[in-house]
Amino acid sequence: MHPAFSVIFLTTLLGAGQGLFLAMFTGQLYALARFLPTQEDQFYAIGSLVALLLLVIGLGASFFHLGRPERAWRSAAMWRTSWLSREVIILPILMALVFAYSVAHLMHWTQPWFRIGESLGVDATLLVGLLGTIASFALFVSTAMIYASVKFLEEWHSTFTVANFTLLGLASGFMLAAAYSAYIGNPLVPFFGTWAVVLTLAAFVSRGAHLMRNARLKHKSSVQTAIGVRHTAVVQKAQGAMGGSFNTREFFHGRSPATVRFIRNTFLVLVFPIPILLIVAAYAIESTTLPILAFVVQYLGLIAERWYFFAEAKHPQNLYYQSIS
Amino acid sequence: MTQLALVIDLNVCVGCHACVTSCKEWNTSGWAGPMVDQNPYDGSPTGTFFNRVQTFEVGVFPNTETVHFPKSCLHCEEPPCVPVCPTGASHKRADNGVVLVDYDKCIGCKYCSWACPYGARELDEQEKVMKKCTLCIDRITDATLSDRDRQPACVLACPTSARLYGDVHDPDSEVSVAIRERGGYQLMPEWGTKPANHYLPRQKNRMYISPEELTRVDNPLRKEDLTTYTGEETLDDVAW
Repeated sequence: MHPAFSVIFLTTLLGAGQGLFLAMFTGQLYALARFLPTQEDQFYAIGSLVALLLLVIGLGASFFHLGRPERAWRSAAMWRTSWLSREVIILPILMALVFAYSVAHLMHWTQPWFRIGESLGVDATLLVGLLGTIASFALFVSTAMIYASVKFLEEWHSTFTVANFTLLGLASGFMLAAAYSAYIGNPLVPFFGTWAVVLTLAAFVSRGAHLMRNARLKHKSSVQTAIGVRHTAVVQKAQGAMGGSFNTREFFHGRSPATVRFIRNTFLVLVFPIPILLIVAAYAIESTTLPILAFVVQYLGLIAERWYFFAEAKHPQNLYYQSIS
Repeated sequence: MTQLALVIDLNVCVGCHACVTSCKEWNTSGWAGPMVDQNPYDGSPTGTFFNRVQTFEVGVFPNTETVHFPKSCLHCEEPPCVPVCPTGASHKRADNGVVLVDYDKCIGCKYCSWACPYGARELDEQEKVMKKCTLCIDRITDATLSDRDRQPACVLACPTSARLYGDVHDPDSEVSVAIRERGGYQLMPEWGTKPANHYLPRQKNRMYISPEELTRVDNPLRKEDLTTYTGEETLDDVAW
């Protein structure tokens, strides 16, 4: 498949935005349970505003993928059958919830509405945060299922796709939370950093397993089933067009195998070991800049990861476009 | 239920591209707007086509065979491109089974093209919507046309009658009979898309001649006759 940067930025920015929001809410829950020092409302408010900004930029990037962006509103119609439609519905819901969460903190709407037991006072931020958490995970699943549900792209048609999108999004979001905490000099860096490392390791296991699965993948279709001729030697001599077509532009990345391998190795280094080492080093020397660097490196790695995700997938229609003449 | 479809006879397709040009001519001038041509007179001409003729070589020289392979939307009975469409622009007509795109609803997200294993859908670079074979829906549903003209443009153009058109759900239609009696098959059956379009395989007319047919063995009695002859007249002598 041809890796489109609109979709690469859409999926990586949404992932980081959802992850950052979940990191903020996790921080609030830990503080509520008195595992962490309670933060000012402003901390959660600005953090979730940053998450909202990422979601907005991601949504903006997605418009560049559309031929007719002015009709994008129509895409909510087929939510019964289309994961793309479901994503289109859940994303604005999540954006509204993240915005509401931020506003609730900014406006100090933290008077408990009701109490559960003695100590747990349920206020607006907690309820909105809970709904936002559900929406975030629903969005992770919807985004990933857009790819995982296409059975023809056998590299994507796997549970690993959903696991990777979720874990990589969470990892980059918690990494960003660590960077944010480091930037404002708040003591939560080790907390978010530890979670970021744990999630990055989990993502490494999942992404590595996905790579190994795809390396052993045997494709269902062959040129024999494509044209229905039973012979061991079938070679295309002409594809019906000399100057290429939508089929050659959309479904081929046009890079050499060496480039694709280089991108894969790049993301394997940038997404997993370097950010983990940077976070560990930041903890060791109490640096306030290394967590920021860790997030930047991991995000750049995620762009390469998503590029490779597209380039790796081989569409069966390519069997009809093997040779120009 | 009616399921209109094409049956393409690979045995007689000569790869002349008449179906490609007549398809483009009809559909680029029709109600649905033009199908773009980019750099039509330059080095890399490209554009939107509903139908393409490809060529494959089967076997290794000198034992090769050239297969010309017309490829268009197969109007699947389980079209995987339809449920993934977020807007409902991609749909399958209930009355005749033709898979269509509503060009006024399509947002050009290309998701349906990912969900088609045959590469039958092409995004129009000018109109920025997904396009595909309509089976000339404006011709075949036009009751003012004569029966002869109420067929897709590609079918009318084919000089070797390699393209048959009809209802594959009617067991007595020309296409159903052709599929049934001449080994009609579907492309990539492994995906369960149940393409309505079928292809008729290449067939060689071979005459098998056994050595017995070349040697004169007119008289079966000679084989079975156990008599020892001593120069007298035999039945052969009488027969000639």
